[in-house]
Amino acid sequence: MVLKDEGYRVVLVNSNPATIMTDPNLADATYVEPITPFFIEKIIAKERPSVILPTMGGQTALNAAVALAESGILDKYSVPLIGAKLEAIKKAEDRELFQEAMRHVGLETPRGRFVHSLEEALRAAEEIGLPIIIRPSFTLGGTGGGTAYNMEEFREEVEHGLRSSPIRQVLVEESVIGWKEYELEVMRDLKDNVVVICSIENFDPMGVHTGDSITVAPAQTLTDKEYQIMRDAAKKIIREIGVETGGSNIQFAVHPETGRMIVIEMNPRVSRSSALASKATGFPIAKIAAKLAVGYTLDEIPNDITKETPASFEPTIDYCVVKIPRWDFEKFKGVDDTLGVQMKSVGEAMAIGRTFKEALQKALRSLEQGRFGLGADGKDVLDVRSLAPNKREEWKKRVLDRMKMPKPDNVFYLRYAFQLGATIEELYGITRIDPWFLHNIKQIADLEEELISHGA
Amino acid sequence: MIAKLALENGMVFTGESFGAPAEIAGEVVFNTSITGYQEILTDPSYAGQIVTMTYPLIGNYGINSQDLESVRPQVAGFVVKEYFDFYSNFRATGSLGEWLVQHNIAAIQGIDTRMLTKMIRTVGAMRGVISTADLDDADLVAKARRSPMMTGLDLAKVVTTSTPYRWDDVDPTTFALKPNLKPTMNGRRWNVVVYDYGVKHNILRRLTSYGCDLTVVPASFHAERVLEMNPDGIFLSNGPGDPAAVRYGIQNIKRLVGKKPIFGICLGHQLLGLALGGKTFKLKFGHRGANHPVKNLRTNEIEITSQNHGFAVDPDSLDPTKVEITHVNLNDGTNEGFSHRELPIFSVQYHPEASPGPHDSDYLFAQFVELMDRQHSDVSK
Repeated sequence: MVLKDEGYRVVLVNSNPATIMTDPNLADATYVEPITPFFIEKIIAKERPSVILPTMGGQTALNAAVALAESGILDKYSVPLIGAKLEAIKKAEDRELFQEAMRHVGLETPRGRFVHSLEEALRAAEEIGLPIIIRPSFTLGGTGGGTAYNMEEFREEVEHGLRSSPIRQVLVEESVIGWKEYELEVMRDLKDNVVVICSIENFDPMGVHTGDSITVAPAQTLTDKEYQIMRDAAKKIIREIGVETGGSNIQFAVHPETGRMIVIEMNPRVSRSSALASKATGFPIAKIAAKLAVGYTLDEIPNDITKETPASFEPTIDYCVVKIPRWDFEKFKGVDDTLGVQMKSVGEAMAIGRTFKEALQKALRSLEQGRFGLGADGKDVLDVRSLAPNKREEWKKRVLDRMKMPKPDNVFYLRYAFQLGATIEELYGITRIDPWFLHNIKQIADLEEELISHGA
Repeated sequence: MIAKLALENGMVFTGESFGAPAEIAGEVVFNTSITGYQEILTDPSYAGQIVTMTYPLIGNYGINSQDLESVRPQVAGFVVKEYFDFYSNFRATGSLGEWLVQHNIAAIQGIDTRMLTKMIRTVGAMRGVISTADLDDADLVAKARRSPMMTGLDLAKVVTTSTPYRWDDVDPTTFALKPNLKPTMNGRRWNVVVYDYGVKHNILRRLTSYGCDLTVVPASFHAERVLEMNPDGIFLSNGPGDPAAVRYGIQNIKRLVGKKPIFGICLGHQLLGLALGGKTFKLKFGHRGANHPVKNLRTNEIEITSQNHGFAVDPDSLDPTKVEITHVNLNDGTNEGFSHRELPIFSVQYHPEASPGPHDSDYLFAQFVELMDRQHSDVSK
């Protein structure tokens, strides 16, 4: 749409007929076809585009772009990639190249080893030590990945991972499970201006896929010194990987006790997190990315919100944003609802509030799953107040036990746990959810108690 | 404990105290940084001001012993939407509230800071009073109206050092940036005199890491005495208050122009502008935050900058044959930097030392030592 307004003839390929993007008015030509090299080559042959912009269509589009470039189809029709070139996509997506790039700019990544067979994996496991994360290369949403806590699980996960990866490669990696997880949304233009649009702190620690995590913008528990180091790292990363224009999402893990910062991954494209960051800040990442792709620079594009200031500023906000994933496990009977490195949610709700508590409550309500917040809505599966006093200790243990594994409804169990007398320390020990977030949940639970005590 | 914030326009906000019991007056301003409250609170440029954070959740990461820009909090008072006594960070040594109480700083939470900010944006920075003692609205508004105006106020003399001292600290933490120096400049040391109008420690740390051995002198230190020390360069620091009121400072700078390389930041930039014959004026509500886009007119690059100023240099008041405008604020077009066309003199309105804020402009410290280097080789030729 933005590109069309700029006078370009836009040919859109989207495999999903249900999205607004395939509205006939949006592009000059729209193809509802599978996003595979086979179909895209036919479209290229027919439409003869001047360039291909692969960074707006998620992982699927990037993978297709890589396949088209490597098979020589792009050269055959002389269509270059814009936004991110093949080399940049590969550097970001191929974990081996990515780790080397990070070493080159002096940033740490988790200790790990790429393996192509089970034997190789077993040798690597001896060096790294359990628990170990298994990540297959080039898969969507972490498909085929997992975490192994024992050697039996490890064998199983590696074999599954090797099968899932199109190049039969998996990364076996030092576990950063339980570390604090952050994301930065970054944009770059052709003049090498880089701005950070938004910082995000995950409520759920490392080990739960970002798509399955409750996420919060901006980051809440980093000092400015720590945040700026992360910002510097993000700028180095987008330049080193070589994303020429547009948005990227970079994930970091921070050790809660030492502050050691590790780069987890980078998505060299507009992503799910970009959509969140756009809505959270009012900075239209996809729209600006499209303009940057055709050569505009950040200082030439007006800011949508203020109209007066340029897009080269970094948004600052006076509110807190909470995103909560929505799962539909009831529709997928028999599927394990434990959350891990493979994404299981099907949607999400986002809310804005002047406090974290307000945003959390609004987002829970917006999930439209019949809940009106953390509780006090008559929908609790556990009515702590009706428990006999001598049963409370036993129930507390049951609730804490249940929370040892990340589950979709753990956020509600945090409140039950506080009602049953659990402390922030106890819950942090079990969930590794940052104590600051736990404290906020406790404040909600405490206020509920206070309101009830006034009613009696 | 109940606390109130009363403004000179008659508005009174009622909230809860999370600092020391007190009654203080100051100019009410807002800062849009999301992180960095400890650096902001200890920045001497905030002397005489009641600072409101537009980001609503403050106290989350506590306070620590490293993120200090001077030895104690300098603000007159602090205003936030929601204060967290419960903090979480691996470097934290205590809660923000405890620390404010210990340093006798008034702080209020639980008020509508968005409304307050909008009011300041509409009306301009206003005088105000925070009180936990007198809670009578009319009384407090009257006190706000009787408090001193920022225009015409010399606050540099209040926060400056009383005696000269040497500074040789660099940032000892893992957060220290490496100086980005030309290889030929590595290991070179420079004697620099720093005029302290309220200098932030991170400026001193950055200069030191770029090879400067610093002698920090009081704001009123005589120019002749600086020249007697024969430094390689002179640095003019940031600081609070109205630059036009710091007449002795302007006079001293006039005597130093043309004698030594000079670099100025913030109030130092304004004083240099005045010394070069320019004028300064008060901005309606100022620039305070860590996300101000500044365009470098020489390179056309954009820097995201940290800012804290209520006054600005009028670029049209400077002689264009002598002074080149080098930096402009992309939000409102105000002046952010200039450079003398013939003399080794330049300055910026914003804060390349960051703390809090982005590191985009750290190159200016390299520019200063390179300027001293060029001057040195010119002289020795």
